[in-house]
Amino acid sequence: MNPFQTLRFAFGGLAANKVRSGLTMLGILIGVAAVILLLAVGNGSSQAVKDAISALGTNALTVSSGAGSSTSTATSTKPLTVADARALADPTQAPDIKGVAPEVTTSQTALYQGTSHTVSSIVGTYPAYFEASNSKVTSGDYFSDDDVLNSRKVAVIGTTTATDLFGTDSPIGKVVTIGGTPFTIVGELASKGSGTGFQDPDDTIIAPLPTVQNAFTGFGSLNQILVEANSADATTNAQSEITTILMGQHGITSPTAVDFRVSSQTQLLSTRTSTNQTFTVLLGAVAAISLLVGGIGITNIMLVTVTERTREIGIRKAIGAPKSVILGQFLAESTLLSLVGGGLGVAAALIGAHFTIVGIKPVVIPESVYGAFGIAVAIGLFFGSYPASRAAGLRPIEALRHE
Amino acid sequence: MRLRSRRSVPPPADQRPSGPIPVLAVHRLVKTYGHGDAAVHALSGPFDAQGREQGVDLTIHQGDFVAVMGSSGSGKSTLMNILGCLDAPTSGRYLLDGIDVGGLDEHQLSLVRNRKIGFIFQSFNLVPRTTAVAQVELPLAYAGVKAAERRRRAMAALTLVGLADRADHRPNELSGGQQQRVAVARALVTAPAMLLADEPTGNLDSRSTDDVLAIVDRLNAAGRTVVLITHEDEVARHAKRVIRLVDGQIYEDVRQAPVDGPPPALLDPDDFASHTLHLHAVKANQIGAAR
Repeated sequence: MNPFQTLRFAFGGLAANKVRSGLTMLGILIGVAAVILLLAVGNGSSQAVKDAISALGTNALTVSSGAGSSTSTATSTKPLTVADARALADPTQAPDIKGVAPEVTTSQTALYQGTSHTVSSIVGTYPAYFEASNSKVTSGDYFSDDDVLNSRKVAVIGTTTATDLFGTDSPIGKVVTIGGTPFTIVGELASKGSGTGFQDPDDTIIAPLPTVQNAFTGFGSLNQILVEANSADATTNAQSEITTILMGQHGITSPTAVDFRVSSQTQLLSTRTSTNQTFTVLLGAVAAISLLVGGIGITNIMLVTVTERTREIGIRKAIGAPKSVILGQFLAESTLLSLVGGGLGVAAALIGAHFTIVGIKPVVIPESVYGAFGIAVAIGLFFGSYPASRAAGLRPIEALRHE
Repeated sequence: MRLRSRRSVPPPADQRPSGPIPVLAVHRLVKTYGHGDAAVHALSGPFDAQGREQGVDLTIHQGDFVAVMGSSGSGKSTLMNILGCLDAPTSGRYLLDGIDVGGLDEHQLSLVRNRKIGFIFQSFNLVPRTTAVAQVELPLAYAGVKAAERRRRAMAALTLVGLADRADHRPNELSGGQQQRVAVARALVTAPAMLLADEPTGNLDSRSTDDVLAIVDRLNAAGRTVVLITHEDEVARHAKRVIRLVDGQIYEDVRQAPVDGPPPALLDPDDFASHTLHLHAVKANQIGAAR
């Protein structure tokens, strides 16, 4: 009894009940496709987050006001000031810091020739911000340190804001009224893409710090300080330097009592990634359950098949089929079911992965394809083994008498 | 092989312990279903003075054609199942072609069924959805014969039963008689030591019965040992030896023709045909007589 012969019998057995075999395969198909596709969606969303965060610059560190952690013993919180930023920019105390950009943020309505647009993020900062936040201008230029010193009313504009205000016209040189103050646009930023999902990073206007403070926020505290480390590897050193300097500035002695937070983009990245991983695992678990249900479907249908074909098994045994051949035949049938179902499931998942699902472009993980397919085949073997061993264990005389 | 005779009827001369190893020898065979008061003694043989079962003894030699007769409940199907290695006896020995079947495990038993026994069932028992030639190839496939050789031998067997032109037909495309002839081809394709037929004509009309029995007669004439279970006298007429079972015992053992020689139907075909009970044959005889 060669394997080819066994396979032919298995095909014959499945072909005898096409609808039933088809539906059983559908169970496995859905399971495999769900596993691959849902993992791809999870992977796709974490990929999108990763891309968005690395677009913000991985060398960047953000210093913000407030207690570092819930265990912090800080009694009062001193706000971040421009003086703090200046202290951080001292190259002798902070050799790993390349640039420092204090930031104030506000939201205002911009007006241009009757067109109004609410800009979600108006940032007042220093030119170092552009490099630290990985923001590049595509046309025009950045504002300069001179513009900052002289509090000139100039601004660099994001693509979304530019499109909303000027349409297809170039924004360079045009004057926009923001919250009653006229600003001359000197540059337009490159698009950063869809971002992290909540806020459009391209809906922004960046202007010199004193100008924004003067016009909107006042000369009080900063929202945050953006610090650029020398390299991605230097972020850890830079972080400790920032902590040391700011503790001195704020007169704090205990590291557990700090009233500010230093977070790096890589930290943000790993937080987001781990959130995404949980999400992906959850999706995968749901899909795995559906694959398991498909496997139970195989057991069910194979048990029905064995009962239905008891007499045939009896005949085969009477003409000398050994136990192993009967076992092999039914195992081959169940494995074939899962093999074809799994194969079609992989095909369905790969086709499905070409479409955007709930705003996420799925990125298929190759391991999940091999894994899901392999598990499907293993499920066929495992869930088919009980019905098959029941068939093989039938006593010929009883099987022959079965009606 | 020394077997003590325990039959209620004296054994015919050719069954005395002598000569070659018999194809089949059972000794003190007992089969009981259930336990205690509910026990059914399907095969018991004669009882001794204490009321103990002595079991059934039976020896069949190469080339014999034995019909086992009996009413339902006489134990003939039980005997057939044990002889076919489909069921194990409660006690007693069974030697098939010199092999003690009682000591074999399941795998060896499947080999014995495959190589030594060719089954023909009352209800044909063909594998559904399988062409006639594939049906006949099946035992060879289980025996591990190569595809080309398998096809050749299967076609030869189908030709022997006159169904070479029906090789590609499935069971549902064949008449009862044709199905049974496919079953005969399947039974003989492995050249087994014994053909075991359980009421092979029970589901057939008289014409198909004659067709199938003619094939069995020819096979026996060619030296194949045949054990046939029936309750019809018309079928038993074809056998060289008729064993009647009553209540799990051998009640009668009659030899109708010698072991070495053609079966009764081929010994004197005209005389044999003139005694048929089959209506279509009777009519043919009458027409022949009128001429």
